[in-house]
Amino acid sequence: MAVIQANVAARQSTYQKSNNWWKRNRRKVAPYLFISPFFILFAVFGIYPILYSFELSFFKGFGFDKKTFFGLGNYIHMFQDPSYIIAVANTTKFALGSVFILSPLALLVALAINSRFVRWKGFFKTGLFFPVITSSVVIAIIFARVLDTNYGLLNTLLGWFHIPPIGWLTNTNVVMISLILLAIWTYLGINTLFWLAGLNGINKEFYEAASIDGANNWQSFWQITLPLLRPVTLFVIIQALIGSYNLFAEPLLLTNGGPSNASLTITLYVYNQGFRNFNVGYASAIAYSMTVILLVLSLINLKLFGGSNTNS
Amino acid sequence: MADINLVTSDAEQANTTLSQRKRFSPYKVRFWTNSAVLNIVLIGLVLLTVIPFIYMIASAFKHNSEIFGTPITFFPAQPTLENMQALLTQFPFARWALNTAVVAVIGTATAVLLGSLAGFAFAKYNFRFKNILFIIMLTTLLIPYQVTIVPQFEIIRVLHWFNTYQALIVPRAVTAFGIFLMRQYTMTVPDELLDAARVDGSSEFGIWWRIVLPLVRPGLAVLGILSFTGLWNDFIWPLVVTTDPSMFVMNVGISSLVGPYDYQYGILLSGAALASLPVIIMFLFFQRQFLEGLTQGAVK
Repeated sequence: MAVIQANVAARQSTYQKSNNWWKRNRRKVAPYLFISPFFILFAVFGIYPILYSFELSFFKGFGFDKKTFFGLGNYIHMFQDPSYIIAVANTTKFALGSVFILSPLALLVALAINSRFVRWKGFFKTGLFFPVITSSVVIAIIFARVLDTNYGLLNTLLGWFHIPPIGWLTNTNVVMISLILLAIWTYLGINTLFWLAGLNGINKEFYEAASIDGANNWQSFWQITLPLLRPVTLFVIIQALIGSYNLFAEPLLLTNGGPSNASLTITLYVYNQGFRNFNVGYASAIAYSMTVILLVLSLINLKLFGGSNTNS
Repeated sequence: MADINLVTSDAEQANTTLSQRKRFSPYKVRFWTNSAVLNIVLIGLVLLTVIPFIYMIASAFKHNSEIFGTPITFFPAQPTLENMQALLTQFPFARWALNTAVVAVIGTATAVLLGSLAGFAFAKYNFRFKNILFIIMLTTLLIPYQVTIVPQFEIIRVLHWFNTYQALIVPRAVTAFGIFLMRQYTMTVPDELLDAARVDGSSEFGIWWRIVLPLVRPGLAVLGILSFTGLWNDFIWPLVVTTDPSMFVMNVGISSLVGPYDYQYGILLSGAALASLPVIIMFLFFQRQFLEGLTQGAVK
């Protein structure tokens, strides 16, 4: 009797113990379980590739199997490779166009939409947004028709004003400009929205105080609006830079990097080296060099536009 | 040119309303001219943005000769369905559409579930590696995808996942951005609700499923829309991991027509139209969520 009772008591206590352990500790254990599906995938497909790519950049050879250690050879070759230099130059030209033409233009549009004179704010915001949600492939296909030298919409339009047809995609001097124009068309909407979000964050009382102090509109703009837009400016410029370096589908589908590398962008070059020539080591080196360039540019921007948003 | 009063100051005009002023006061004239100019310019920009899309959709119904011929017309003189027919019969376009839908839907569901689960953990729990992992995720955001795409390709090769749905979905299913977003939204859920649920005997998972998820629905919508759009429009990754035309997504499929089928632009444009239509339709229904979601970063 006592034995049975003791057994029952023992069983009960072990059952309660394991139950209690889980109940007591589940709050500590739960977060690990919650993040594990995410983190397992993230470690395999996110973190490991970053490290492996770095290692790859020091090897050379065709494909992933026959690899020989090459030290800094890939990087040295990179700086002497004319295609690489052209790719960097093209991409940088494109980035400058994005930062210095597209972003201010978007700011003007945002100011216009935000002003008292415009009532249909929602309509304009939506109307400018369509290119953002279409894939770059679709955009490239549409604009292959628009930018065609002989039958394209754009040259036909210019023809109505007696302007001779321009080789948008065939002239080495013009092709990057065409891509910049295409980028302006594509990203005006979302940049305008970024600026609008920033403008909405500015307290109207600043303007009232300024006008009481006798400031006119230009002064209000330069001394209140622009300084208070600094965080948004930082964001917009960094987004423009990152987006510029990712330019891939349009040059691939419109000109395949041509004519004679005039529209070769750095991502397209990585793709060519990595997936057409299978110089995976070299492709990784190029990709890492791009990371460094972006990092440097971002740091420069942080110095220019960073810092806390204090009252002016 | 009249002084364009873009930066308004309410104090200045507070004393008189527009209607109280004289009919053709200089102020009113200036106001209406500025209004007209700005609105016309903006409408012009919207037209410039929308016209290429209309052109694409209209050209989908034109014969090839009409697209290529002169004079350039906008709307088809003789509407035809031959492009769509060619698309569906000569090419596995229906299969491409199915692939895109499968990848986008399953990928979005995975991203949203895993992202909100992990975001919940980061928002409402304290665990030992929390800060380190957070910083690691933050730093990976600095690395552009060009760095990871080559090794990811190698991983797919080792796993023999070429031309499979897994290759298209899994590597793109988890983003650090998704966690940050869900963490932001989850942090607004009051802790008392969670504690009350614990007192009532709910499991941790149950707390997430029954309490947190319904409360972060706006965040789920934003993440869902961003993921769906990103997956639907993705190009370079599907291009890299699929070589079998039956496993192409629509983007890769129609891009494969560029070049060899350059002069059959009717087919290309109709393919492009069909590829972009679902997201556009979604956009028209969920405008607010789209606009809000895509400007998340700016309103940090």
